[in-house]
Amino acid sequence: MGVLPVRTIGIWMLAVPLAILAIGLAFKGMAAANPSFFFTWPYFIEVLIAGLLQGVMYSLVALGFVLIFKASGIFNFAQGSMVLFAALTIVGFIEMGTHWTIAFFITAGIMVLLAISVERIVLRPLVNQPHIILFMATIGIFFFLDGFAQTIWGSDVKVLDIGIPKTPITVMENANPSDPNDPWQYGILINQYDLIAAAIGAVLVTVLAIFFQYTRTGRALRAVADDHQAALSVGIPLKTIWAIVWSVAGIVALVAGIVWGGKAGVQFSLALIALKALPVLILGGFTSIPGAIVGGLIIGAGEQLAEVFLGPLFGGAIQDWFAYMLALFVLLFRPQGLFGERIIERV
Amino acid sequence: MAAVTAEESGVGAQAALLDVNNIEVIYDHVILVLKGVSLSVPEGGIVALLGANGAGKTTTLKAISNLLRAERGEVTKGSIELGGERVQALTPNDLVKRGVIQVMEGRHCFEHLTVEENLLTGAYTRGGDRVGIQQDLEMVYGYFPRLKERRGSQAGYTSGGEQQMTAIGRALMSRPKMILLDEPSMGLAPQLVEQIFEIVKRINEEEGVSILLAEQNTNVALKYARYGYILENGRVVLDGEASALRENEDVKEFYLGLSGSDRRSYRDVKHYKRRKRWLS
Repeated sequence: MGVLPVRTIGIWMLAVPLAILAIGLAFKGMAAANPSFFFTWPYFIEVLIAGLLQGVMYSLVALGFVLIFKASGIFNFAQGSMVLFAALTIVGFIEMGTHWTIAFFITAGIMVLLAISVERIVLRPLVNQPHIILFMATIGIFFFLDGFAQTIWGSDVKVLDIGIPKTPITVMENANPSDPNDPWQYGILINQYDLIAAAIGAVLVTVLAIFFQYTRTGRALRAVADDHQAALSVGIPLKTIWAIVWSVAGIVALVAGIVWGGKAGVQFSLALIALKALPVLILGGFTSIPGAIVGGLIIGAGEQLAEVFLGPLFGGAIQDWFAYMLALFVLLFRPQGLFGERIIERV
Repeated sequence: MAAVTAEESGVGAQAALLDVNNIEVIYDHVILVLKGVSLSVPEGGIVALLGANGAGKTTTLKAISNLLRAERGEVTKGSIELGGERVQALTPNDLVKRGVIQVMEGRHCFEHLTVEENLLTGAYTRGGDRVGIQQDLEMVYGYFPRLKERRGSQAGYTSGGEQQMTAIGRALMSRPKMILLDEPSMGLAPQLVEQIFEIVKRINEEEGVSILLAEQNTNVALKYARYGYILENGRVVLDGEASALRENEDVKEFYLGLSGSDRRSYRDVKHYKRRKRWLS
């Protein structure tokens, strides 16, 4: 066990910069061949970083899916509406005049309550039914939450501001260029909001990964994911586990809702970012937390780079479909995703 | 052939840990699977539950461990008592806490967890008793040295025998009073079956764990068990000391594949079986 992760990490640390360099060189070559393309290294890196940060935010949404999929084998269609519901709720409390930290804890409590009622009302009667039935039940939850949230809090576009600065910062600036055409003279612009959002995401993921890997409850969660019956037989209470998983997914949805809502405003379309999480999941694997992260990063970066540097070739608007094309390729060659648990089949 | 119940045959000499009294099990509200099964397992005993496919062995075990409810099955009549307390209404979680754990047919290891993590899940109900759990882990590795070698492998990639050992070890981690062992010989080489049964016997003797064993492999089961019940069509048709069952002409013929001294013609055998089916 010990050697393998070290080797894997080594390979990745070598392969990723090389891949980025190769993509950069390819774009540079294209720009050299065709003057209608624009390429400089700082610009490339700027786009890349913006994409990666965007990717972390995709990962945040994807994470909620992975949690529930791991523990119950259900693709939770309602994750997107949970994000919306959480965001609307916290905005609602903030508008009432509560400080955002207090609103956060109240909303987290509501998400836990929601998780417990989902388990009681929807999942418990459906124990041992085929996965497709549970999946359809989550579609029901999606519509319910979607309508319920907007009935309570209204359907206007709302502003969610928890005080994260939105001004961009400049790094690696070469203020006194000796050469007036030095590409580094303006440095690299990084959106501060995205940077902080990414940091929040990173902390959340680390905590979850440790929880899953090393705690008793985490182990029980993974056991339930593998085999409901066997988990029952060793005395793991499915009800408790499911309530925990849905609660955690609810809190992840809350964090995703805050981050996305703060960026794009809280409104109905927030529920649809779930669609962006789909290619992330396919790429990273439905059962892997690191997969959700790396998948998100690849999708985010790939999308931005393709839009900016390949866009002119196709007349723009690549961003909307690039991720799905990528997912399609992964499905063709590696259906379990980059990090998904290998489908173990022994005869 | 009249069903001989445990009470009549006098197993009651020892204190019974588990008493199953005339239970009836119905699946999905319509399918009657057990039609009055009674059995009793003494403290520290090994009791075998024998019978063909579909006789109701697994259902009986699941009725005791209450895994039945998750499969839409229900105990509609009779009672199940553990140390004098009725346990039908308890969840599997409660039952594991009270010391009854089932090792399911077909192993059911957690494929993506390592062997050691599989064992640790067995200790779920014990909470945070780290020292005790670590000791028991060593105890399980003592019984199954093979598992210690494979502790870091994903259980899904280990062999059938290793998976069976993992499943038994996992049950042992809950510090049970009683293990319900369903079909441990399934799909294993005869030599391995003997080996696993030897270990089960050692666990029974050294840890004082009672074992209720459901087996199709009548020969091996009767070798290790002290008492046996034979199920047919959801009823107990015969029970007795393992040694007596081994000598019983009917058992020899139907389950051990040995015919008596006088060879019967195929027609007689068929006739006999058919008559039995009418009766039940």
